[in-house]
Amino acid sequence: MAMTMTEKIMACHAGLDMVVPGQLIQCRVDIVLANDITFPPAAKEFFRIGRPVFDAGKIVLVPDHFTPNKDIKSAEMAKVMREFVKANAIKHYFEVGKMGIEHVLLPEQGLVAPGEIIIGADSHTCTYGALGAFATGVGSTDAGAAMATGQTWFKVPSSIKIELTGTMPQWVSGKDVILTLIGKIGVDGARYQALEFCGDGLQSLSMADRFTIANMAIEAGAKNGIFPVDAITEAYINGRVHKSYRQVAADADAYYDRIIRLDLDALVPVVALPHLPENICPVSEVKELAIHQVVIGSCTNGRLEDLAQAAAILSQKPVHPDVRTIIIPGSQQVYLDALDAGYIETFIRAGAVVSTPTCGPCLGGYMGILAAGERAVATTNRNFRGRMGHVDSEVYLAGPAVAAASAVMGRIAGPQEVSQ
Amino acid sequence: MILAGKIWRYGDNIDTDVIIPARYLNTSAPEELAKHCMEDIDPSFAGLVKSGEIIVAGRNFGCGSSREHAPVAIKASGISCVIAASFARIFYRNAINIGLPLLEIGEAVTCISAGDHVIVDTSAGTIKNCRTGEIFQAPPLPAFVQEIAQAGGLINLLKGAKA
Repeated sequence: MAMTMTEKIMACHAGLDMVVPGQLIQCRVDIVLANDITFPPAAKEFFRIGRPVFDAGKIVLVPDHFTPNKDIKSAEMAKVMREFVKANAIKHYFEVGKMGIEHVLLPEQGLVAPGEIIIGADSHTCTYGALGAFATGVGSTDAGAAMATGQTWFKVPSSIKIELTGTMPQWVSGKDVILTLIGKIGVDGARYQALEFCGDGLQSLSMADRFTIANMAIEAGAKNGIFPVDAITEAYINGRVHKSYRQVAADADAYYDRIIRLDLDALVPVVALPHLPENICPVSEVKELAIHQVVIGSCTNGRLEDLAQAAAILSQKPVHPDVRTIIIPGSQQVYLDALDAGYIETFIRAGAVVSTPTCGPCLGGYMGILAAGERAVATTNRNFRGRMGHVDSEVYLAGPAVAAASAVMGRIAGPQEVSQ
Repeated sequence: MILAGKIWRYGDNIDTDVIIPARYLNTSAPEELAKHCMEDIDPSFAGLVKSGEIIVAGRNFGCGSSREHAPVAIKASGISCVIAASFARIFYRNAINIGLPLLEIGEAVTCISAGDHVIVDTSAGTIKNCRTGEIFQAPPLPAFVQEIAQAGGLINLLKGAKA
């Protein structure tokens, strides 16, 4: 029977010839991931099982949320991870100094490959679908159990096909693609389902765009987002991924619950208004609204291509005097590359601060918390109430070009307004 | 399992950030998390909720982050089960894994109001609204998921122990 990409990967990892949506299956996993917030409870559950780790080379631990440690309790959580790593000879651990935001770091380090199953105790684990893997977020108990068993259970999701045509106009990026899609289908529009991207439009999407799009699949309620493996994917993984993998392609007659067509030519820069990622509005239609902070970074938009867009804007004009602009490269490598490209100097001279990689402000952890009544434009992924600080603060989600332009203008603004 | 309790009623898309804000995630101690449960949507909840009471909400309950701290906070606050029109998938897994019963009943949630008393039979998947006498039926959990629930969570199941 014909299968989607997600169904093929699941069947292969369950040792079955085929699977169908709704079926409950037990799958082996290729990577189990956790961070400094989700790892301590995962370790507690792991110890209750009383077995050794299933494979010290397939567990990836990244202290990225509240690190460099923001307070004593966070330091204790990071310590739990560090001690576990030593005691269990965990191979892939990234101490502060090597640490990057997990979903920027794992692909960059070649730790995830096409056709794999990756579970992570972080909802944005779905990012790796950009590489043609099945990747999904789970809780700490699922992660802890998989650290012992190398397996987890899934209900096979039905799939939605997202057919992309055309080419993205200037200043439109992967962020506008995924925000526009979420605006169309809503924050539960793909609940329990797989979003499978395809079509000629893929050719104009860089890996950075694809990571951003797959990253926010969860914001439509999806279990995963997945992209076919093409020349762009291969160019990215060549020289990075050193393990063997088995890539899959969807069958031409695979069944999709729904087909959604998106014409990239017709897209414009958008923002998601508070307090849901589905509240999409073209930047040109947002009423004049003063902002207080801009955050450029995160697992959604912390890659070199994102910083390049911000630098293209901030090299024209400095940050508005009423705006605090915080720029966070997603990994040490992104930081170094941005330094080499001159972006970091551009940011500092424009009046932005540049931080070491951390999830910090995205989830209201630290490094840019909002006071009551304050407004931020952020390239992050969620604008829920209180997400970045006080319950009466507001987050507007946007791509890096709009965020940088807003930093310059002191209000939500499109990139073309900066040079006017 | 038969559960009976008063209803706390919430709307659609209750996300894990309002269930337990990230500023409190520097601990995973259930009793600490319970002190701040629902704080950003209902500051009165943590102080007033009594053991055995029940949350009823709209669509997509628990959307957002994968933080298991969210169902842990709800369970530790004394809530005996959550009934919603629908649940976000990671929250659903997490709740089952830690032994917090969930019932999904679609638009029938509109027939249950704040302050109502309901009687829930988690095995049968039935919910009786004591104020109106109406009975609602949640679809049964898949057999394997029922096994996890009956064991009191995933780890108990893996250990072969019964809660």
